[in-house]
Amino acid sequence: MKLLIFRTTTIFLLPLLLLFSIFLLLRGHYLPGSGFVGGIIAAIAFILHAFAFGLKNTRKLLRMHPLALMPVGLALAVFSAILPIFQGLPVLTVLWLDEPFPVVGLIGSALLFDSGVYLVVLGVALTIIFTISETV
Amino acid sequence: MTINLIILPVLFQFSLAIILLFFWKNILAQKIISIAGSIVAVIIAVGLFSQVYEQRIITMQAGNWIAPFGITFVADTFSTTMVLLASLSSLAVAAFSSVTIKKARMKYGYFPSFHFLIMGLNGAFLTGDIFNLYVWFEVIIISSFVFITLGGKKAQIEGAVKYFTLNFLASTIFLTAIAVLYGLAGSLNMADLSGKIKIIENQGLVQVTAILFLIGFGIKSAIFPLYFWLPDSYHTPQAAISSIFAGLLTKVGIYALLRVFSLIFIPDDFMKSLIVILAGLTLVSGGLGALVQTNMRKMFSYMIVCHIGYMIGGLGMFTAAALAGTIFYLIHDIIVKTNLFLVGGVIFKINGELNMKRMGGIYDQYPTLALLMAVPLFSLIGIPPLSGFWPKINLMQESFATSNYFLLGSIIFGSFITLFVITRFWAEAFWKKIDNPVRKPYIIYYDQMPQSQRLLLILPIVFLSFISLYIGLGAENIFRLSNHIAAELVDTSAYVQAVLEAQKPL
Repeated sequence: MKLLIFRTTTIFLLPLLLLFSIFLLLRGHYLPGSGFVGGIIAAIAFILHAFAFGLKNTRKLLRMHPLALMPVGLALAVFSAILPIFQGLPVLTVLWLDEPFPVVGLIGSALLFDSGVYLVVLGVALTIIFTISETV
Repeated sequence: MTINLIILPVLFQFSLAIILLFFWKNILAQKIISIAGSIVAVIIAVGLFSQVYEQRIITMQAGNWIAPFGITFVADTFSTTMVLLASLSSLAVAAFSSVTIKKARMKYGYFPSFHFLIMGLNGAFLTGDIFNLYVWFEVIIISSFVFITLGGKKAQIEGAVKYFTLNFLASTIFLTAIAVLYGLAGSLNMADLSGKIKIIENQGLVQVTAILFLIGFGIKSAIFPLYFWLPDSYHTPQAAISSIFAGLLTKVGIYALLRVFSLIFIPDDFMKSLIVILAGLTLVSGGLGALVQTNMRKMFSYMIVCHIGYMIGGLGMFTAAALAGTIFYLIHDIIVKTNLFLVGGVIFKINGELNMKRMGGIYDQYPTLALLMAVPLFSLIGIPPLSGFWPKINLMQESFATSNYFLLGSIIFGSFITLFVITRFWAEAFWKKIDNPVRKPYIIYYDQMPQSQRLLLILPIVFLSFISLYIGLGAENIFRLSNHIAAELVDTSAYVQAVLEAQKPL
């Protein structure tokens, strides 16, 4: 798709969508949003880029194979699950920092888990879409 | 740390799978990590088992949410025994698959999926929450879809379609049953349900839900009218994969049946006789199916169906002694069925054939190997003092005592059919002379393999055969264990108490 308008908007939309995805990720604990939705939005940003500039350029932008995001995300999720073990609490208990973080708010190990989900969803969605668009 | 020991088998397998994902293209590293990790998993399982067997039931409230609301993980003797057996057979299969699985398949995530599968099994054994059980079943099914289609041959895809459809249907029924149960009792915690289900007024609907559970788990564990998908799909993947399917995947259905029918729905007379009749028919039809097969792996698949009948039969009689027989058979069957398919894999490597008629001469070429293979084959029949003998005696005695003569007849019939089928197989594959066999160029034959690979092929069989021998010769210990488990299944108060005792969040 070599439309000028589409390309120009994509340049602006990509960072916006990525920011929005991170906003959704951070918002997720008590309000609608979370790692899954955030990951999907981030994937949409890259897919849009791939439509506008071609798959090669998107791969260059990403610098790594999206498949590599999956183990990293899973590892983050497991790490957040086993973190409470060191405090003698059952697995998956959410640990909170005492002081709220500026802008973001109170941060707990649930955020770590959600970031893991974010990366896994991003990796899976991009791998599927890239593989399909390469073979078509 | 002690409370988290219970979830360790799950977390360990999960971490192992993730580590393997980081080594996506490095097959050698994957093999080493997988085998070493499986050894560690056995050690963890032994630790958990000894802790639970000697002391008491351990529970863990995941996420620190108290019992009926959060997800509880419960390790009683039954579940830890199953975890132990799963880790033993997965160790054997991990070693076996490092030689037999093709490189191209390993490059597409064979080992990570394998450990995800074992994680799912461990999770299903350890959970105390019925919806969580469903989730673990899904984990198991998704990883098994990867296995059954990995390679993408036409026959595999055909098997996968059947496998997928029936398992999907089973999951739907299972989920529906959970939804109805939640609507009736308002709880998903199995220990909590066991108290709540008795005070529901509409016992008719409870019965219907029980039947839904029976159908859902029945499809998964391949009992009588619902087993047709199994022989059609289990023979298509490679030997290592089929062996883990045969050893553990159908047995997780049996485990779930035993749990659900001992904790939540205590079988009444109608349910008992229904299960007993299904068990008898499973024994007869599975046996007859095995009788007409000449394809080795299809025959073994029908043997799985046939022997599911023994376990269901013990559940149907629902006395402590019959349940002990069921548990003993379960322990024996997991090890021996895994081993059986591994033996099938080695026989294929020797002969390059799956059809019994064209096999032969194994006894001539490899007499010691033949002797080794005799252990799982004759344990399967239950020739005394090998492992299959003891639980059958127990089940027969109990079907006399509860005057279930139809089941008694089916058990004897099933045993005779197994005897006939296996001895016929022995005569064909081991004793028959074969003249100048044709070699297929695309198979790497056993005598073309280097010594180290042969060792990895045979060691798992030796390992599992030793366990089988122990189960047979040390039957007294296994009986003590299965009586212990059966007592826990009949009197679930200890389980319920362990889960629901007033626990404040830590």
